[in-house]
Amino acid sequence: MEHRSLGFAIFVHVAALGVALTVLAPLGWLFVMSVSSPADLSAKPLHWWPDSIDLSRYRQLLTPETGAAFLASLRNSIEVAAMATLGALLVGIPAGWAASRNPKLGWTLGAVIATYMLPPVALSVPLYLILAKLGLLNNVFGLALVYLSILAPFVTWLLKAGFDPIPRDLEQAAAIDGANLWQLLRIVILPLALPVVATALIFAFLLAWDEFFYGLLFTSNQDAKTLSVAIADLAGGRVSDYGLIATAGVIAALPPVAVGLLMQRALISGLTNGGVKG
Amino acid sequence: MFTDRLTLRAWVLMLPLLVVMLAVIGWPLADTVRLSFTDARLVGTGGAFVGVENYTGMLGSRNFRKALVATLTFSVWSVAAELCLGVLVGLLLNQRFYGRALLRALMILPWALPTVVNATLWRLIYNPEYGALNAALTQLGLADSYQSWLGQPGTAMGALIVADVWKNFPLVALIALAALQAVPRDIQAAATSDGANAWQRFRHVTLPYLVGPLMVALVLRTIEAFKVFDLIWIMTRGGPANSTRSLSLLVYQEAFAFQRAGSGASLALVITLIITVLAGAYLALMRRAAGQGG
Amino acid sequence: MKPTRIAALMAATALTGTAAFADTELNALFMAQAAYSEEDIRAMTASFEAANPDVSVTLEFVPYEGLHDKTVLSMGSGGAYDVVLFDVIWPAEYARNGVLVDVSDKITDEMTSGILPGAWTTVDFDGASYGLPWILDTKYLFYNKEMLAEAGVDAPPATWDDLRAAAQKVKDAGLVEYPIAMSWAQAEAAVCDYTTLLSAYGGDFITDGQPAFQTGGGLEALEYMTASIEDGLTNPNSREFLEEDVRAVFQNGDAAFALNWTYMYNLANMGEDSAVAGKVGVVAAPGVSGVSEHSAVNGSMGLGITSTSEHPDEAWDYIVHMTSQPVQNAYARLSLPIWASSYSDPAVTEGQEELIEAAGKGLAVMYPRPMTANYQEMSMALQQGIQEALLGMASPAEALEGAAENSGL
Repeated sequence: MEHRSLGFAIFVHVAALGVALTVLAPLGWLFVMSVSSPADLSAKPLHWWPDSIDLSRYRQLLTPETGAAFLASLRNSIEVAAMATLGALLVGIPAGWAASRNPKLGWTLGAVIATYMLPPVALSVPLYLILAKLGLLNNVFGLALVYLSILAPFVTWLLKAGFDPIPRDLEQAAAIDGANLWQLLRIVILPLALPVVATALIFAFLLAWDEFFYGLLFTSNQDAKTLSVAIADLAGGRVSDYGLIATAGVIAALPPVAVGLLMQRALISGLTNGGVKG
Repeated sequence: MFTDRLTLRAWVLMLPLLVVMLAVIGWPLADTVRLSFTDARLVGTGGAFVGVENYTGMLGSRNFRKALVATLTFSVWSVAAELCLGVLVGLLLNQRFYGRALLRALMILPWALPTVVNATLWRLIYNPEYGALNAALTQLGLADSYQSWLGQPGTAMGALIVADVWKNFPLVALIALAALQAVPRDIQAAATSDGANAWQRFRHVTLPYLVGPLMVALVLRTIEAFKVFDLIWIMTRGGPANSTRSLSLLVYQEAFAFQRAGSGASLALVITLIITVLAGAYLALMRRAAGQGG
Repeated sequence: MKPTRIAALMAATALTGTAAFADTELNALFMAQAAYSEEDIRAMTASFEAANPDVSVTLEFVPYEGLHDKTVLSMGSGGAYDVVLFDVIWPAEYARNGVLVDVSDKITDEMTSGILPGAWTTVDFDGASYGLPWILDTKYLFYNKEMLAEAGVDAPPATWDDLRAAAQKVKDAGLVEYPIAMSWAQAEAAVCDYTTLLSAYGGDFITDGQPAFQTGGGLEALEYMTASIEDGLTNPNSREFLEEDVRAVFQNGDAAFALNWTYMYNLANMGEDSAVAGKVGVVAAPGVSGVSEHSAVNGSMGLGITSTSEHPDEAWDYIVHMTSQPVQNAYARLSLPIWASSYSDPAVTEGQEELIEAAGKGLAVMYPRPMTANYQEMSMALQQGIQEALLGMASPAEALEGAAENSGL
């Protein structure tokens, strides 16, 4: 690194610019489509920048009179993701801690994580039949329950990796002082593990927000249909206003993208820790 | 005694997770196995035992072979491209340049973009009449005429792979970067002063640090790619001429659109088996690599 | 009504913004685009709610491609939908699986005599009726009058060979690169166009329970489609077009001919976003000399009550309203009425005389796709075969042989 020639420095900068453009161009285009008029979007040659900014689709999708269905799916996505995240943390925190402190249980966690290999299609038929029997099809609660199958293993794994570096002597001292299990978790472990828990929470929420397959199968109408399913319906080739599709995409992407940018340090360390430590 | 009590406590803490896993994964999986030996339909009749008929019928069908080839093609190419591009960009991000912090921050964007939105975005970009790709290529003089990117078997699969790679290579790059930052500076410097060239330094100093994390990324991405559904469902629905119909799409069609839950279940289990074998092979490789390295 | 229930209803009303105090909530499944627009359906529904203040209807729109699967999957959840829109090809399967309620005894004499006989084929299977026809539709041949005049084509094509000749003239005149736009993506739309041609060439889908489309008229139909792409007459992008893509290309002035449903006529001819407004002509899809005058596919759709509905009576009232003559006449710009006498009503015909004339010829020769409970599977095999031929992966004969083998018949 010390002997960098000018040529190499130029090459690095050009390459960096290329990567930045590769990442940004499609995203920028999504946004431009969302504010372009239909005429701009079907022009040949294409208008890369609209003559005037058209915000009508945002208004259409976000006002209750015209965007009721879209807003309902937005609400459903938030509800399902929140419930599933909460559930995953509730089962993941104790399990992750137990696995971190008792290597003997490692194989159990291994088995749980191995379920990641299962394609959703391998579970979908029985899940459909169970949900139908319980009356939980087309229901946000039922969908959140199903999402636990994706979220819980992942969250537990992240939490275990995060709990590992927390020194044990603290909890041993507390245990000798007569703290019970709950006090131990609440007073000693969780405050120390808060950053890890926060990271796991964000990951879980993003995973749930992203889910499509189960949402497609198990929801039917505004009672439970999630945002990803609503967008797929728009993108199905039956909506001729490409700008409207793009607008829905921008709105759906905003929460995860904002979280990604704000929390990038925590996310990257969570992602790469998992990767580095396996 | 003390340790036994601790172990018991650990089991108690593990219990809620295990119960949930059993309910949403264990039991459904077992039921899928049962269904796969029946002619059950999705709605209505319970289904009678038919032995391995579903398996033989499915494995011998043209549709299955075609979908297997499509899935393999998609997985191999997209994972290979993501790893190569990811490592290259990871090496780049490890260099010093203006705007490095900003570029690292940008890398999170494709990863954060919901899969469905990514698929929708690329479908719009590839639109044969009014898409940005055709417009850009012709306006830059790189192509004479508009192409039907998602409408021809030769390009549809490639178009899908590009969309998948764009979303997933940044994650690999970030993982590679984290691994690179773990390479001690003094070893690098020592290698340089020993007269090692750039490739030798990469091969003997840097690469050993990258192998472990990249193997994990490889396993995860391969599993993900093999399960692909969302991207294809939105961009091509398996077309043209079913050339991009992945195994997951085929199961959906069989179990839900045609309502043959039994044969859909058998196909789903075959996919699961293939993924398990792939992941097992990778893990064995990793263990061997780790044994040699350590 | 108990106070708690009233409170709950008020809360629900506040949440959804629905003004009426509804006792019964219906859920109805429709498709987005092609035929009645979402706006039209909302307006029709609003007028039903106004007349029935104790019933409110929640509308759900999915792409056509999702309509069948959504309906079938909703069977597991009681009352996800009370009313569903269904395509003419599904009653056989829905009857076998008990998806829809048999409404034969609810049909009045007035309906029987007033609704066009062709429309009834949409909802009838095995002697029972599973709903009421709602959209009476077939594919018409649309053309750009200005382009035809410029290219020296005097009259719209009367046969499919005429279409080829006319398209060649348009192409030679340099007006557009590809004169014809079709919806030949891997989707039901491709099967509809294929059926139109199959009927023109006098083919059959099934004879004596065996696939018959791979020979005779069925083969000639696919050969025509393939040749029109090879000759550069049909836009090669048609192989990934759905109906809305065809409309976009046609109304942008990028095609001289297009095969599409009724709804395109007024959208392309009067739509604000249309570049060809006022220049759109429409005729019944052409025939084949010596075989047929015109050709048409039965692309009609009906409304039915799901067997899981807890409010079948209210659901029926809603269907009766949606299919009633006044409602159909009031929204006849995107979809033509199912009622025979509407076609002589000036309120319906005014401003779209050309379309009415084309409909008179087309609707009379509507050709059905096969009535089989395994239709979805057969259609998927056919879609693949059609695309293989169009993409040059197989000859039309090979492709149709493969489709016949794969069809599950």
